[in-house]
Amino acid sequence: MRSSVIVFPGSNCDRDVAVALEKMQFKNQMVWHKETKLPKSDLIVLPGGFSYGDYLRSGAIAGKSLIIDEIIKAANSGCLILGICNGFQILTETGLLKGTLLRNKNLKFINKDVHIKVINNSTKFSNKYKNNQILKINIAHNEGNYFTDSNHLDELNKEGLIAFKYCDEKGNINNNSNPNGSLENIAGILNLKKNILGMMPHPERMVDEIISNKDGINLFTSLLN
Amino acid sequence: MKFSVTVTLKKDVLDPQGKVVENTLVNMGMDDLKNVRQGKYFQIEVDDSDQITAEKKVDEMCKKILVNLIIEDYKISKI
Repeated sequence: MRSSVIVFPGSNCDRDVAVALEKMQFKNQMVWHKETKLPKSDLIVLPGGFSYGDYLRSGAIAGKSLIIDEIIKAANSGCLILGICNGFQILTETGLLKGTLLRNKNLKFINKDVHIKVINNSTKFSNKYKNNQILKINIAHNEGNYFTDSNHLDELNKEGLIAFKYCDEKGNINNNSNPNGSLENIAGILNLKKNILGMMPHPERMVDEIISNKDGINLFTSLLN
Repeated sequence: MKFSVTVTLKKDVLDPQGKVVENTLVNMGMDDLKNVRQGKYFQIEVDDSDQITAEKKVDEMCKKILVNLIIEDYKISKI
């Protein structure tokens, strides 16, 4: 399985995700945003961070990078795309995923381990998890408050495009277990073809018991399936 | 030719920054305050002497990158 991690000025989780991918035996390459050709990839990762210092809107400038045209082409031909945190914001800015990420409802940058529930485990990104499995994953963002129009929200629910929702440790999905104000506690969504996943939590930070837990591993091993 | 572009969050989109500013103004004693919405302002100069085509160019800039049409409205004015 070949993966490419796209690096933008201000990306800061690019090396973390590369370590996680290599640990799972991906053959990974780092790709600078000014490249106009993508190496052959089965998976493209848009990493977390603060591309272009979040100028204009989070992900807006990175969404117009030279490499993005290639990513859109690859996405349209079925290549798997994973956007984590700022990567999710970039995916919404490019239009590859619908909706947008607003500022957290409490106006604060939130960096903490939260619980999320696997809502759909029949995807390329989640097939190693059980449905309704509760994971403890780190979030670290200022704009993670997912928002979309009601038609798209209906589509997300009807087509099983919600991958993860924020919950508490017992799995309750409600306002108290919603860290950032996201619509319906949404933590990660897929496109209609289910080859693109955008999520605010950081699975690459949860692949080693020495520093955290291993709840993120199955996301990467699912992709190998 | 110079234009101003004002970008604001749509009516139905929660504006937490505007809300905090509003609450602070009320706390400062400005009781008759009704509502505060916070937004962005751009000043754009286009090298085109025809107002209609220049404004079209600015409009395209807004649609392509300056504005997130899902959550924001914008207004272009000549200055």
